[in-house]
Amino acid sequence: MLVNKNKFSFTRLTFYSTYGLWLLLFVIAPLMLLLWQSLVGSDGHLTLQNYQTFFVSGTYLTMAFNSVWYAFIITAVTLLISYPAAYIINSLKYKQFWLLLIILPTWINLLLKTYAFIGILAKTGPINQLAESLGLGTHQLLFSDWSFIIVAAYIEIPFMILPIFNSLTDIDPVLEQASRDLGANRWQTLKNVIWPLSLPGVKSGIQAVFIPSLSLFMVTRLIGGNRVITLGTAIEQHFLVTQNWQFGSTIGVVLIIAMVITMLLTREK
Amino acid sequence: MRKLLTGGAIIIAVILVLLGLKTYLVQAQDNQQHSDKVLDFYNWGDYIDPDLLVKFTKETGYQVNYNTFDSNEAMFTKIKQGGTSYDLTVPSDYTVNKMIQANLLEPLDYNRLVGMNNYYPRLLNQTFDPQNRYSIPYFWGTLGILYNKKVISASSVAHWNNLWDSKFKDQILLVDSARDILGMTLVSQAKSMNDQSTADLAAAQGKLTSLMPNVKAIVADELKMYMAQGEANIGITYSGEAAQAMAKNPDLAYQVPSEGSNEWFDNFVIPRNARHKDAAYAFINFMNQPQNAAQNAKYIGYATPNQKAYELLPKSVQNNRQFYPSQVTLDKLEVYQNLGQKWTEKYNDAFLEFKMTKR
Repeated sequence: MLVNKNKFSFTRLTFYSTYGLWLLLFVIAPLMLLLWQSLVGSDGHLTLQNYQTFFVSGTYLTMAFNSVWYAFIITAVTLLISYPAAYIINSLKYKQFWLLLIILPTWINLLLKTYAFIGILAKTGPINQLAESLGLGTHQLLFSDWSFIIVAAYIEIPFMILPIFNSLTDIDPVLEQASRDLGANRWQTLKNVIWPLSLPGVKSGIQAVFIPSLSLFMVTRLIGGNRVITLGTAIEQHFLVTQNWQFGSTIGVVLIIAMVITMLLTREK
Repeated sequence: MRKLLTGGAIIIAVILVLLGLKTYLVQAQDNQQHSDKVLDFYNWGDYIDPDLLVKFTKETGYQVNYNTFDSNEAMFTKIKQGGTSYDLTVPSDYTVNKMIQANLLEPLDYNRLVGMNNYYPRLLNQTFDPQNRYSIPYFWGTLGILYNKKVISASSVAHWNNLWDSKFKDQILLVDSARDILGMTLVSQAKSMNDQSTADLAAAQGKLTSLMPNVKAIVADELKMYMAQGEANIGITYSGEAAQAMAKNPDLAYQVPSEGSNEWFDNFVIPRNARHKDAAYAFINFMNQPQNAAQNAKYIGYATPNQKAYELLPKSVQNNRQFYPSQVTLDKLEVYQNLGQKWTEKYNDAFLEFKMTKR
């Protein structure tokens, strides 16, 4: 063991230093820059002014609440669809193939998928044509809360299914058989055996979906028609339009804190 | 571990090979172009007739490297960072002013410019760049109302105030821009689009909030696509965007309310750190030529500031009041002034609060 360790010490060193350098350059340094920017006032001095502006402004607090609320709904909808989907895929014969089909859309650019939905949900799109031919009339589907949530959930589903599927495959099938042998029905088995064992996957799924959903912004404009305003919209505005990078960074830091809280709440015990 | 290292080594090797290949190809290309016979042109996407670039190269020998941006702010930031140098770029009016103030632009040498008297004197010497010391207009246009002729009559959207009519419930698309939407509201209250009074701005925000029931969505460039698809019947947008939507859907029409609106300019400027200034002057002079400017105006569909070029355009275009408004309307148009950081933020905060309004 000792010999082994020495033999690999050089590789270990290169590995750790590369990894450390990467972390420093691309994770820690940007975060520090963001924090630094958020602490600088318009006059260039260190101040908590930006945070004060954020926390006394009704607009930004409402927006923060909106972001959390929509992210919560998106995560709930995604989970509701993904858990049964992962469960069914896991029980299929060619499960890796079916999983691949679910993962496939992530290979396509997010913006392209969103534009595709504009076509689908438009007044002249296939859904409305179908409704029309069934005599249900044309409806306004775009620019509503629901269309926004559906598209956001569609985008996030693979990131929820994948961890849940992985934790489901890890469960020894013998456990399920044992549960059934001991008299539990399908539902009881699912509730008392499978669900608790797959919880780690559900938790990482929630992290993978809730966190990016907090700062979605292109979808809010393209599908939500800016009827849904989240902190992502405000960050975009402050970096690109008003060029108040300090305040944009402040919102960024607030979002990061919200994400850290999410991580803590869903972490492995 | 070993696999990881081999994998890493392969990736690095591939990167090095590609890098070497790229350097070699760029050098080869440079030799072909005699290296200094280039124009690094930084323009909006699809904002010039590509045939003109070919013609320019044929006539002058300068190879054009065409790079694109999608917002004034993005372009401003990139020029300011200075990593890449461009010889010619095309900011809008208020950004020209910002770039002058940030000392990013090269003053123009009028001895090297040919054809400057082709331009409408009315469109020169604007407040954002007095005496055109730094900029030459490329295209100009307006902010107005794009509507579906089949559903909406021209007279029912002749004025900004018409938009507040309750019969337009859930029909209007707004462009996602604080200056334009608050500006249009200010004009509807007989105020200036460059208003710098807290009370006026608050009043405008209040009036705008009452427009919300009529607003279907607040979108950006997609507006022209939504209008062309028939997703909404009224859109508040720029003449250039309107022209593109109308090209796709003949049911659409565009008009500028006679009480006033914004008049915008996109302009050629030479950044201070340009490396091929001769090429930049050659290109401006090339575009000053009436037949080239006319060809470009036909391709893009925007209004040309070049009077001689305008005279070469077909009569149907010349008499099109949608894009070349009547003198009465022209007199009422206002160019955006650069309001500075504080007021830009006030406008944007007011607009953000408006966007947060629940229906």
